[in-house]
Amino acid sequence: MSFLSCLISGISLGSVYAIIALGYTMVYGIAKMLNFAHGDIIMVGAFAAFTVVNTMGLPTGLGILTAVVICTILGVTVERIAYKPLRGASSLAVLITAIGVSYLLQNLVLLIFGPTPKKFTSVIDLPPLQLAGGQLSISAVTIVTVITCLAVIVALTTFINKTKMGQAMLAVSEDREAATLMGINVNSTIALTFAIGSALAAVAGVLFCSAYDNLDPYIGSMPGIKAFVAAVFGGIGSIPGAFIGGIVLGIIEQLAKRYISDQLSNAIVFLVLILVLLIRPTGLFGRKISEKV
Amino acid sequence: MKETKRKQLINNSITYSLVIAFWLVVQVLTATGGLSNQLKGLLVPLCMYVILAVSLNLTVGISGELSLGHAGFMCVGAFSGAFFSKLMAESIANDTLRLVIALVIGAAAAAFFGILIGIPVLRLRGDYLAIVTLAFGEIIKNVVNVLYVGTDANGIHIAMSKKGLNLLEDGQVIIEGAKGIAKTPRASTFNIGIILVLITLFIVLNLINSRTGRAIMAIRDNRIAAESVGINITKYKLMAFTISASLAGVGGVLYAHNYASLAGKSFDYNMSILILVYVVLGGIGNIRGSMIAAVVLTALPELLRSFSTYRMLIYAIVLIAMMLFTSAPSAIAFRERLMERFKGHKKEVA
Repeated sequence: MSFLSCLISGISLGSVYAIIALGYTMVYGIAKMLNFAHGDIIMVGAFAAFTVVNTMGLPTGLGILTAVVICTILGVTVERIAYKPLRGASSLAVLITAIGVSYLLQNLVLLIFGPTPKKFTSVIDLPPLQLAGGQLSISAVTIVTVITCLAVIVALTTFINKTKMGQAMLAVSEDREAATLMGINVNSTIALTFAIGSALAAVAGVLFCSAYDNLDPYIGSMPGIKAFVAAVFGGIGSIPGAFIGGIVLGIIEQLAKRYISDQLSNAIVFLVLILVLLIRPTGLFGRKISEKV
Repeated sequence: MKETKRKQLINNSITYSLVIAFWLVVQVLTATGGLSNQLKGLLVPLCMYVILAVSLNLTVGISGELSLGHAGFMCVGAFSGAFFSKLMAESIANDTLRLVIALVIGAAAAAFFGILIGIPVLRLRGDYLAIVTLAFGEIIKNVVNVLYVGTDANGIHIAMSKKGLNLLEDGQVIIEGAKGIAKTPRASTFNIGIILVLITLFIVLNLINSRTGRAIMAIRDNRIAAESVGINITKYKLMAFTISASLAGVGGVLYAHNYASLAGKSFDYNMSILILVYVVLGGIGNIRGSMIAAVVLTALPELLRSFSTYRMLIYAIVLIAMMLFTSAPSAIAFRERLMERFKGHKKEVA
């Protein structure tokens, strides 16, 4: 039973990673940049929901909505101010800028809310599901997380495959110049991608903090980096890849925590990343891109 | 060619004389008593950060690879050096001699990890390389956090918990997991720090101005062109990465012998970023710049205590602004226009 409950908590954690990884993978696929600040947008989302629900005592739905709206605006603003001017610059410059944005968000929140960790009361207060005569208990947060993750995947896949804007996103990620020639507004497509990615990050932030009930300005960086690991694992740019990568990573992390060492679980996750990159650099579902001279 | 050589010589001399001038100023201030205790405590960390910034600039600026795991190499150097000093605290009575050997051991251990990590990492490029160096840094930190090493009459014991060490009665725990190493002999002095800075500069500047350095920069500027003229990419990249790692190890040993306790958690991702900030603000690829940036950015916040709440915030803003100013295509075009106008104006005057 302990193995099974470990597996379930792994799937739950993995679903959060998957939602974050979707944002990562979309931004990477289209803007060809590693958005280091993505993890910190999760943190901002969690703080927004915390302020609305826990401090102001307003209903949960409003809290989630506020988080999504704030993160969407934040994501688009960051893209406009920090990343857009660097389009065409070296990847080193873009990456350092993204690190700067990540630091900026962390320290802004640190100044506003202070360094003491907050207790985040779960936004979902439903009784846990009892299975096998009460031997296996699945918390409501876990169920909601997994369902949300599946809903997000379905919605996103439909959006990308069935709508004009989704097709424009695919075209830009395929070949930016050709997309421009076909009359696609590349700038607004990239902004839209950042908006969607950041909105997903807000949802992930609320779910993550509901499961772990701890909130400080640095909570975003680790899940952010791990979600990137998940995205790489599944093949960066691929939506089903991000989903499967996230779930697998969550399970690996929980199993490592349970059976190897609590303190080494992060090291094991990173070891997985290194092995994946060395054995199959394009990930599970990634395509190999040949280099042009 | 002769002209460039002369320029290089002048340039390097300025860099060395800056370090010596700094040393002289500190000596004069110490003699006249114009140095507060707070400033005195900063002297060794200043040398350490200069060494780290210069060594990271070798990877980021000269070799063109963004490494986010520099603190990991520092950690390896710090722990291996401090371990040696603790082990030999009684056998070698002379503090300086012990520190020198510890420095060599720390540098060698960090270089070994540099090669070990460099071989797989340097096959990757750009963003992937950055994230994998970050991953390695975190792995080193996490492993050190669960590492227990002790000695007794039977020799050295290594385990993942204090109980697992199975020490005899007279045994001594040297590395104690997350608590790290306590009471390392505090042998680091400002003079040793300055000598190490000079050695670091000597190694890095000579490397840059050598045939090897030109090969490394050629790879950075155009990998395919460099390969086509017969430059061995892996060899030169690995060389730069390893030298950079081993110098970070030297910085780590200096760090370990300056503070009373040493814990793995000090060498996290934030430390790597801090050093990266020095490199970026000093100018990527500009050795003297990273030296000055490290000194100014370490000393300023300590001197202006009230400012320290906003320190990281200001770092972040400056980091973004700096990147936008130096790398954004529109900013580059703007500067070029400005330069042209300036030059054109000059011509008219003439």
